[in-house]
Amino acid sequence: MNPTPALPQRNLLRIYALEAKYEFLKQLRLPAYVVPTLSFPIFFYILFGLVLSRSGSGMPNGAALYTLATYGAFGVMAATLFGFGIQVALERGQGWMLFKRATPMPTMAYFAAKTAMSLLFGLIIVAVLFILGFTAGGVRLPLGTWLALGGTLIAGALPFCAFGLAIGYFAGPNSAPAVVNLIYVPASFCSGLWVPIRFLPGWMQSAAHFLPPYHYGQLALRTVGAGTGEPVGRSLLVLAVFTALSLAAARIGFRRDEGRTYG
Amino acid sequence: MNTDRNEIAAELRQASKHYGGKGGKGSVTALDRLDFAVRPGEVVALLGPNGAGKTTTVQLLLGLARPTAGAAFLFGRDPRDAAARMRVGAMLQVSKVPETLKVREHIELISSYYPRPLPAAEVSEIAGLGGLEGRPFGKLSGGQKQRVLFALALCGDPDLLFLDEPTTGLDVEARRGLWSAMRELVRRGRTVLLTTHHLEEADALASRIVVLDHGRAVADGTPAEIKARVSGRRIRCSTRIPVEELLRLPGVITARREGAQAELTASRPEAVVAELLRRDPDLSGLEVLGADLEEAFLALTHHPDGEERAA
Repeated sequence: MNPTPALPQRNLLRIYALEAKYEFLKQLRLPAYVVPTLSFPIFFYILFGLVLSRSGSGMPNGAALYTLATYGAFGVMAATLFGFGIQVALERGQGWMLFKRATPMPTMAYFAAKTAMSLLFGLIIVAVLFILGFTAGGVRLPLGTWLALGGTLIAGALPFCAFGLAIGYFAGPNSAPAVVNLIYVPASFCSGLWVPIRFLPGWMQSAAHFLPPYHYGQLALRTVGAGTGEPVGRSLLVLAVFTALSLAAARIGFRRDEGRTYG
Repeated sequence: MNTDRNEIAAELRQASKHYGGKGGKGSVTALDRLDFAVRPGEVVALLGPNGAGKTTTVQLLLGLARPTAGAAFLFGRDPRDAAARMRVGAMLQVSKVPETLKVREHIELISSYYPRPLPAAEVSEIAGLGGLEGRPFGKLSGGQKQRVLFALALCGDPDLLFLDEPTTGLDVEARRGLWSAMRELVRRGRTVLLTTHHLEEADALASRIVVLDHGRAVADGTPAEIKARVSGRRIRCSTRIPVEELLRLPGVITARREGAQAELTASRPEAVVAELLRRDPDLSGLEVLGADLEEAFLALTHHPDGEERAA
């Protein structure tokens, strides 16, 4: 082999692309991930948005449209928290993360791939719900509104990626699924993602203002004119602070791993 | 390979690592001011019991942990520098890798991290993966999984290969299979740092053995030199001489007894036997046996004071 004068370069773009591709394939082939993350929001949407609302709601397609936004948010959060938080915790626990750190993999490629995977699963969930809403729910929106709703829902994955990362660094591999469920289920309920927030007890409605999923849901509902009038700026601020705090916590966890490691 | 022969591949200088607390109570010393270097072309086995500091040495050299004191270098650089790790491949004690990805996919991904990866076909060939490329990792047997982890360490065509207890948990057949794959790599002139607690493995693969104990190097030499260091013999006999007295005999390295039966290792067995017979005329059942590496190793890491090993 000839020593070449110029150091051979690796293709960074290719690393990021492959890392994201295999992160997605890895999750796609995992029924324990795919089945619940896809079926829960779809099932809830069909049940509460399409079937049970037929008789009751005041305005035509009201429930089908309202729940499209809220179960969309609910589904994107699940895809993100289960894909990101639990996987990071597992891969740390199993030594896979340690192995990756022993390679010259750019550290960001690992996190970027998980983020891309979360966004892509978010897109799939939103797309399926939109098709159901359009066909079975009779939801009709201007194209711009569809895009605004879809874009808001998918972008909403980002703060929860950061939160998932923080959980991944602080929860053990065995406790991570329980931790995620204990936070995600009550928080999404109190935030009005399961049933409209006006049906919740007053104290829950007050508490919701402190919950990031509430602000996420409100941003999505606002695009279809169904929000509670929560100021956009405040919701964005809450989500930005939530993201920053989560990233800061994850960074502490990452540093802690670097210094200590397992074994 | 454009490895400079004078360049040290991996080095620890006066490296210490303490876990749990900053030297306070409950703090465990995994490495104690260790000086250690791997030169190009060497196949070094780090040998020692559990907790001797083998894995810690590997982790410091790979930049996976920081030394509490002292320094680690990989090709003269900080191991946490990705550029240093581009010339290195590692097989760590990983319990699980993503199981739904196929062997071929794992190889493609890991290869992408390196500037000059080995062709996938060559990786498969050296690691003996023929026919497994399309199988998901989770569907492989234990031996096959270890071979895949070995293959992943090869992907970047590394100048230096770290193998941390590569054959732990494998049956004899799988272990031999991995050994022949490692020999193939050594034949190709790669530098290897191997950790093991199997003496047979160190003897079979390494050109140099460093025996670690309590985070310190207690012996360093070729397998033959290590054996010669305890050129010793095992002496078995039935005697009433208490263990404490046996241990004080000149030339005795270890001594233990079960009932009347005593077993000693000694560097010069003739003198010891003469002394034993002088002190205990009723001594019976005398046997003198050659020490194999296993005994040499036990003798080197023996602690008569019974102090606890670091976890």
